[in-house]
Amino acid sequence: MENLIEIESMTFKRGQRVIYDNISLQIAKGKTTAIMGPSGIGKTTLLKLIGGQLRPESGDIRFRGESIPGMTRNRLFTVRRQMSMLFQSGALFTDMTVFDNIAFPLREHTRLSEKIIRIMVLMKLQAVGLRGAADLMPSELSGGMARRAALARSIALDPELILYDEPFAGQDPISMGVLVKLIKELNDALNLTSVVVTHDVTEVLTIADYIYILAEQKIIGSGTPEQIKQSDSPLVQQFLRGEADGPVPFHFPAQSIEHELLGA
Amino acid sequence: MTTRKIEIMVGFFVALAIAATLMLALKVAGQGASGNGETYTLYAKFDNIGGLKVRSSVKVGGVTIGRVEGIKLDDEDFTPVVTLSISKSYAQFPETSSVSILTSGLLGEQYIGFQPGFAIDDIENLSDGDFIEDTKSALVLEDLIGQFLFSRGSE
Amino acid sequence: MEWFARLGAGTLDKLSAFGRATFVLLGAVVAKPRPLKHIPLTIKQIYVVGVQSLSIIIVSGLFIGMVMALQGYTILVDYGAEGSLGPMVALSLLRELGPVVTALLFAGRAGSALTAEIGLMKATEQLSSLEMMAVDPLRRIVAPRLWAGMISMPLLALIFSAVGILGGHLVGVDWLGVDAGSYWSIMQSTVEWNEDVLNGVIKSIVFAFVCTWIAIFKGYDAVPTSEGISLATTQTVVYSSLAVLGLDFVLTALMFGI
Repeated sequence: MENLIEIESMTFKRGQRVIYDNISLQIAKGKTTAIMGPSGIGKTTLLKLIGGQLRPESGDIRFRGESIPGMTRNRLFTVRRQMSMLFQSGALFTDMTVFDNIAFPLREHTRLSEKIIRIMVLMKLQAVGLRGAADLMPSELSGGMARRAALARSIALDPELILYDEPFAGQDPISMGVLVKLIKELNDALNLTSVVVTHDVTEVLTIADYIYILAEQKIIGSGTPEQIKQSDSPLVQQFLRGEADGPVPFHFPAQSIEHELLGA
Repeated sequence: MTTRKIEIMVGFFVALAIAATLMLALKVAGQGASGNGETYTLYAKFDNIGGLKVRSSVKVGGVTIGRVEGIKLDDEDFTPVVTLSISKSYAQFPETSSVSILTSGLLGEQYIGFQPGFAIDDIENLSDGDFIEDTKSALVLEDLIGQFLFSRGSE
Repeated sequence: MEWFARLGAGTLDKLSAFGRATFVLLGAVVAKPRPLKHIPLTIKQIYVVGVQSLSIIIVSGLFIGMVMALQGYTILVDYGAEGSLGPMVALSLLRELGPVVTALLFAGRAGSALTAEIGLMKATEQLSSLEMMAVDPLRRIVAPRLWAGMISMPLLALIFSAVGILGGHLVGVDWLGVDAGSYWSIMQSTVEWNEDVLNGVIKSIVFAFVCTWIAIFKGYDAVPTSEGISLATTQTVVYSSLAVLGLDFVLTALMFGI
């Protein structure tokens, strides 16, 4: 199986804090790969590293065998046209209508006539079920609709790779269901490669082909959803079952409470 | 559409700015009215120029005909020499003309009052580079007071 | 020792901020121009920063001209020099108040809006999202705003001065009874195009550059949280105002000083 993205012994630090310590992972072409882990371990950072917005301290990230940190800015911009990212907030341009938002990448990167752009935009909107909302402003959309509009925008240029940043966070069950369905359908219909970063366990187990679980700067488990469920790692099990305390401690590292409360 | 409205408003804005510039040029700076046309240069020696400055105006009966171009001290007799640049459109002044340093109002700025002389047949007109012989210096308050006291004392 | 360490840290901090600001500026300015895409964007920004500041500029200009005529008249009339009201109003507006007050108002009205807008774009990941769409936000978002600011402010300053002189006329001539002929003619003989009007425009261009640069950089460099953006907006207004007043002194000394 061919890998679209390969991360090889990559280390990333933010200031003094180590975010990733020598991790390696592969993302297979045409599959949906999920990256899970507790909040605050820098899952979004991983997507930004893949997108070339951040540079790793050491190690390498390859997109189709080509090193992303080693690219010139121009080359990086060319490569980015083949990937797109769905941000957690949607990141729609607030000064444009939904229609113009989705037309934006087409207008920037293609020389298509307005007529063709209109057709393409309406098709993308149809795919996410928002054709009726084309003339609304992003502020008039609900959270779930905004995310769907953003999804339409990220598939506007028919990318090969979509990076989803927490697509399910803060969504009601219906929107969540819609998004799960959309991600799955898009992946199958367009033969996309998807990377989903999330901490919503149940949704991911239904759509992912392969799962990596990150915690404490490392990959603590990986495999197909079945393998993950069977995993005997206590960390993985804690994460899947959502236990409050376990190998990932409930308490943020601190001095002992007796010590802090009683002074001395 | 909205872009159309924006374009119209920006056009209006730029037109307003051009109108303001025209007003500043024509009505405020007096550009074009008197013009920065061609000039010729005259020199005048004064004993004392008082508060005269470069760019002070040169007036005939209140009409500005030019400006003070430069002020320097003569190398030999250490008296101030004032360079006047006079508009070419006023080129018919006879050599008997005189200049004096006057003050506009009680505390106003000082300017050069140009007094055209009589044009008698054998007298030529002033031309570029000529010196005006007949000059009256600025009044200096201390000198005036000194003279006054002196004349009182001698009474 | 502690004091030196803090001084050193502060200096390094300022230097690195200046470096980042220069980077933002260069990234925005040094770019292959794409007139078809960027001129409409710039026009839209001129609308936002220029046209929408027009009303505040006109109203302030009018009132400042009127106040100056009133103040000037009460002083000048004691010396019988109320004829010099025209040049007084015109010169102070063209040389100082036009460029400076316009810049201060611009910093408060348009500069803060620019910072908040760009800061919010950053906070809502719009800038990141542009990056990921292979569109350089410096060229797409920052450059049009920079150019729009640089174009708008001198125009606003000219309008400010012109309106102020008319305001002076309104109070001085129409109300206080200064002779209209002397108001304009003494003004005309005193005000010089190069010396006064153009120097004012040059000042205004410098202020425009500094104010817009600060506003854009503060937005681009803002910490993407509510406090971060509110801090950045405040800093834009404060830094721009201080920079304008400081630079005004330097420029005045260079232009009109001996």
